[in-house]
Amino acid sequence: MVNKKSLSQNTALLLGFLGLLLWSSSFWIEYQNKTLMLSIGFLMMSIGVIGYSYSLYFTSLAGIRNNGVWFSSLVSRSIWGWLLGLVLTGFYVLLYFYPEFLGYNEAGKSSGLVAFFDPLSVLLNGKPATQWFLYGTVYTLAIILFGIKFIFKYRNNRYQVFRTISVIFFQLGFAFLIPEILSKLNQDLPYFSKDLKNMWPLNYYFFEDWHFNNMLNGGNLGLFILIFGLLMMFVISPILTYFFGKRWYCSWVCGCGGLAETAGDPFRQLSSKKISVWKFERWMIHVVLVFIFITTIAVIWTYLGSETSGETLTRKYFANVIIGFLILLILVILVWGRKELNKDAVNTIISIATILIFVIIWQSKWNQENLMFVDSYSLRKWYGFGVGAAFSGVLGVGFYPILGSRVWCRFGCPMAAILGLQQRLLSRFRITTNGGQCISCGNCSSYCEMGIDVRSYAQNEENIVRSSCVGCGICATVCPRGVLKLENVSSKNRY
Amino acid sequence: MKDFPKKNIVILGNGISGITAARHLRKRTDRPITIISEEHPYFFSRTALMYVYMGHMPFEATQPYENDFWKKNNLNCIQARVKNINGRKKYLEFKNGETMSFDVLIIASGSKPNQLSCPGNDLNGVHGMYHKQDLDRLESLSHSIKSAVIVGGGLIGIELAEMLHSRGKKVTLIVRENSFWNRVLPDAESKMINSHIEAHGIRLLLETELKAIIPSEQGGVKEVITNKGEVIPCEYIGSTIGVSPNVDFLKDSGIALGRGVLVNSFLETNLPDIYAIGDCAEQTQPQKNRRPIEAVWYTGKIMGETLANTLCGKRKEYLPNHWFNSAKFFDIEYQTYGRVEADPDPKEQKQFYWQHQNKNQLLRLSYHPETEILQGVNVMGIRMRHKIFEQWLDQNKTLEEVVDRLQEAYFDPEFSKNPIAKIKADFAIIKQ
Repeated sequence: MVNKKSLSQNTALLLGFLGLLLWSSSFWIEYQNKTLMLSIGFLMMSIGVIGYSYSLYFTSLAGIRNNGVWFSSLVSRSIWGWLLGLVLTGFYVLLYFYPEFLGYNEAGKSSGLVAFFDPLSVLLNGKPATQWFLYGTVYTLAIILFGIKFIFKYRNNRYQVFRTISVIFFQLGFAFLIPEILSKLNQDLPYFSKDLKNMWPLNYYFFEDWHFNNMLNGGNLGLFILIFGLLMMFVISPILTYFFGKRWYCSWVCGCGGLAETAGDPFRQLSSKKISVWKFERWMIHVVLVFIFITTIAVIWTYLGSETSGETLTRKYFANVIIGFLILLILVILVWGRKELNKDAVNTIISIATILIFVIIWQSKWNQENLMFVDSYSLRKWYGFGVGAAFSGVLGVGFYPILGSRVWCRFGCPMAAILGLQQRLLSRFRITTNGGQCISCGNCSSYCEMGIDVRSYAQNEENIVRSSCVGCGICATVCPRGVLKLENVSSKNRY
Repeated sequence: MKDFPKKNIVILGNGISGITAARHLRKRTDRPITIISEEHPYFFSRTALMYVYMGHMPFEATQPYENDFWKKNNLNCIQARVKNINGRKKYLEFKNGETMSFDVLIIASGSKPNQLSCPGNDLNGVHGMYHKQDLDRLESLSHSIKSAVIVGGGLIGIELAEMLHSRGKKVTLIVRENSFWNRVLPDAESKMINSHIEAHGIRLLLETELKAIIPSEQGGVKEVITNKGEVIPCEYIGSTIGVSPNVDFLKDSGIALGRGVLVNSFLETNLPDIYAIGDCAEQTQPQKNRRPIEAVWYTGKIMGETLANTLCGKRKEYLPNHWFNSAKFFDIEYQTYGRVEADPDPKEQKQFYWQHQNKNQLLRLSYHPETEILQGVNVMGIRMRHKIFEQWLDQNKTLEEVVDRLQEAYFDPEFSKNPIAKIKADFAIIKQ
């Protein structure tokens, strides 16, 4: 059923796989000249992916070429898809839970796959590679190479091209090169996250005591990161989300989104569009959001009780800030949300916020050690394990070939939940439907990676205003009748 | 005979017209509603069948509603063939002999593809592309097709060409006219599509007709002979020379038929409580500048909604607003609003036309020669807002004002190269 691959496609594929094999072989073989092998593998993979994409897309005119997607075993949940899922999941399990299998040695010199990346790591950050450096390198390379493939595929659409250049830029610069180089220049500073775009709550450890202390003890750079992180959260992000929707982050900047949009693009059609799954999604993602919120305030609470915290910020003061924030949230929901959100959502948000307020008042009165009556250390341990590793990594990427490319963003990302809530209530962004032109063909829904049934709105001539929409714009790109347009100009009729 | 406690409504056909009627009825009434289709038990988007063959979507994705939607909304869906209708005694007869009575009947039986008239037209391998069964048949034949000939220069023809081409078949498209779809498209649009078809590697034979189809030894197709004497070997022939109302089963029903089911502007047939909507309906008094049968998705949708109003006590006339349509010819999107004649009478219509130098982009505005009031627009490779053009047509805007305000209607994706400045500049030159 699949269209036959041409000779040049097969050659390119073979070259790419051999390159991957060369890198993987460092698992067993200790190469003498790692720099050379690393470079050869890199070149082979690059030529392979770019050559394959070129002969795949440039042999026909520019346009939508989803031909044979559902006949391909790899991307239609058939045997090759499951196998790929297994391999990816296996890699993530090793990476997060058994890095020693990859050659990582916490106490001394690493070996195997991790050590293979030493030359590059020393060049960039001055230290031997860790499993995270290995991961970061592979991750960035995947976004660059498959980003180029994506640009070839959607070269008829400048929104897609610009957006992809943006995710490549932010991944390569902000997530990979700049943090590594900053580490090299500041070797004596304790570790803290140097990825400027990776804000709380996606970066869930931002407020953890060790990270907080390291930033405070991190000189000017540490202080800058701390202040910029807070600015991102409370000023930059709300403003950008108001004007552009959450897409400014999710499909233009974010690394998780970046991988989903590039390497994950061939799997976007696998997201479920069932109403039942949508219901599950709304519960799941907000449970994660409440979880990280509670974990974070509990961690700060514990921190404020400790001796290192100093006198400037007390638990009582912190409690007031949080209570103030929650009351503000309730007011916002009551004012803007009552009309727009469904009743369950309003009731849930208000009940949870109210419970939190009472608990915090009660506990701050007695200055109790454990906020929410749970040890904050076990809370954060469970979040790190359950959400940070298992959900975002193993499930989020490992399951691309099974559940689609945005599993994490759709069901688990607390950042997406916050931005989504704002997008739904306080943003100009929407997808406009063009009058009566929809023919209900279903391309938009099929290729929505977030599982939004775009067609159900378009065929009723309604605009699409959904908290989960990451604004990738693929629905508008694949629409054969020119029905959809992403818009953020001011309008009275957003809905 | 099944009896219903309340006055029941039976809808024949679950295409866009029948389903739109059913949905709007269900919003306002709890009367029993039965939807009968031979093709498939549930509504799917016919226009999306092509994407199933091309592998863009699984068939389930062409269904806009999940299967339990119908039960939840108490819409009774039956897959069966209706053999005959007794319009006066108000019952219908199924192929298996069973009958069902109705109080109100809505005929929304759609179209059927026209048959080729040349010898060999009944061979296995000569098929239309309209029903789901046509798709299934094409899929089952597909592995044995190397070359295909498609007859007919219309929307289904070019879609079928794209389908087969996407699966690596060698495609020849045979068109009777001297340019693609030029009964509808003006010259420049039509020519643009001609060259786009060829750019995709499709062989396009204009001013050509089929003379005969030669059978293979296995009873399939071996080759075709054109009226110019050319022999083209092929294993599949797509017959896409238009569609006609699917009304043959109504011959003995007592319902007045022309080419389709004859209806007045309230979509009423000659018999009480029997209505017809969509492709199968033929207006006895169509509105000015409109054809009696308009077999397109959008009119079907509007008729379904209009009739639902009438049946819920608000008798409403079918008054479609300005004509609109859209299509995609391989990679070129086409939208049209209002009236743009392929070959206008200079006393009735003049046209301003702009085409990009080297891209497949085109805009054509039609207007009244004296008043210069806008009559319609064609766009190729540019997206335009439906509502804005509808407003401009309603408000009798002049050509000049429309060109001046064109940006308001511009609907291309963000960051697209906007052609409007060029259009305006060219317009200014022409005006001088």
